Amino acid sequence: MTDSLGSPTPGRLPAAYLEPGSSSFTEFLGAHAPQLLPGRRPLPPGSVPETPHGTTIVALTFEGGVVMAGDRRATMGNLIAHREIEKVYPTDEYSCVGIAGTAGIAVEMVRLFQVELEHYEKIEGALLSFDGKANRLSTMIRGNLGLAMQGLAVVPLFAGFDIDRGVGRIFSYDVTGGRYEERNHHSVGSGSLFARGSLKKRWQPGLDAAGAVAVAVEALWDAADDDSATGGPDEQRKIFPVVGVVTAEGYHRVADDELAAAVAALRGEQS
Amino acid sequence: MNFYVSPEQVMKDRADYARKGIARGRSVVVLGYEGGIAFVAENPSRALHKVSEIYDRIAFAAVGKYNEFENLRVAGVRYADLRGYSYDRVDVTVRGLANAYAQTLGTVFTTESKPMEVEIVVAQVGDDAESDQMYRLTYDGSVAEEQGYVAIGGQAEQIQTALQERWAQGMTLADALRLAVELLAKDPNGGQPRTLGAGQLEVAVLDRLRPRRAFRRLAGPLLGRLLSTDDPTTDVPHTDDPVPGLHDTLTGDAQASDEADAPGEQAPPEG
Repeated sequence: MTDSLGSPTPGRLPAAYLEPGSSSFTEFLGAHAPQLLPGRRPLPPGSVPETPHGTTIVALTFEGGVVMAGDRRATMGNLIAHREIEKVYPTDEYSCVGIAGTAGIAVEMVRLFQVELEHYEKIEGALLSFDGKANRLSTMIRGNLGLAMQGLAVVPLFAGFDIDRGVGRIFSYDVTGGRYEERNHHSVGSGSLFARGSLKKRWQPGLDAAGAVAVAVEALWDAADDDSATGGPDEQRKIFPVVGVVTAEGYHRVADDELAAAVAALRGEQS
Repeated sequence: MNFYVSPEQVMKDRADYARKGIARGRSVVVLGYEGGIAFVAENPSRALHKVSEIYDRIAFAAVGKYNEFENLRVAGVRYADLRGYSYDRVDVTVRGLANAYAQTLGTVFTTESKPMEVEIVVAQVGDDAESDQMYRLTYDGSVAEEQGYVAIGGQAEQIQTALQERWAQGMTLADALRLAVELLAKDPNGGQPRTLGAGQLEVAVLDRLRPRRAFRRLAGPLLGRLLSTDDPTTDVPHTDDPVPGLHDTLTGDAQASDEADAPGEQAPPEG
């Protein structure tokens, strides 16, 4: 018999809690409550029914930081599953992650990653290095390989401000946990083909934050123009992409009225 | 050959053993002030903390054997992070944590050959002073809910008595810190009080006005200003030092240099 903490003595913290050593929350879960890790749950036989998928994420660096933006659409086959899903999340003060792929598992992975980073901070009293964070995320994606092979892949884009180097950095991943540093800009998800083209033309060295936000919004616009799974800005419903800016001052989400202005400017340019 | 020892004698011996170990160290004072809860410990070490963050609104203070309470601290962080991950951040409460600690300390006390030589306080800052909570836990697993203030370790009883007379609800942080430092510096045998400067103190607060993670350590010029009677500073700033890095400590360094530097040096927040 065990109680809700998984302890043989009711109420007492189980031995795993008191074990010295690991400052990783994922490792602690793996040893103590593996059913809470997305990759450690056995999949029943048969095929997985259709689930919502997140689509396009773009990220680009500018002088002193990085911008990440994600559209708000989740699709399920030919249907729009959700119009207002958020796919860009701050993971700690200096980093953010954007998710493409199976939304349910991706959101779970982001939550786990957020706890992982804060857990390390509290136990060690220090911030993980930027490469350390990127590698932790790699490990988590690798743990999900079994699910990916069943069609439940998660492919995040990781970006943030490296406080040791003083620059914005972007990492992309593949389903096996492969980690690739991207130069200047990158995009993942169904609309990424079109977003990448747009970024390639619009990105330039020496951009400032506002300029980078405008480029990100335009890349998503171009993706939405040609990819049915990417949602464009919806001025009628007041739904704008989630745009995060990470600088030496930390993560901050760009307000909707600023995005509305960027969209309006873009519309003016194109008409 | 086994001699019979009465259970009363066994428990008494263990309690005496634990008490002796705890009384040998210095005290820690935890007390409420108008904007939250303050923790003051005499601790010249910058690396081995007696006061730490557990979760968003919860902090931990301990006296006794470092390796034992460090283990309990890590267990507390794991408990809180797991609970917050599997339910929600608001579902992590200090009462649950205090219970888990009490059961753990109690089981160790009765079943293992050596009790833990620790005494701990866990506190949670609420929306107002009435909803602040503080629990004091002793080596045998007994729990006491304290109102407003508590002292543990060393000459805890004398400090507790003095706090009863002099602590008042709604004190400013500066007043609360000065009171705590004065009581910590007192010689228990009635001799000259010692002088405790900022360098020998470990001070932290749970700041009610912070949005999520309320725990911040205080150090550097800021702590000096708060402790000094002729400085007008009475509370901590509610924003972090504008220096990239881990923001677990408020030093006031940047503030001092801001005044010295010409205004407008700092880049405006990125939009």
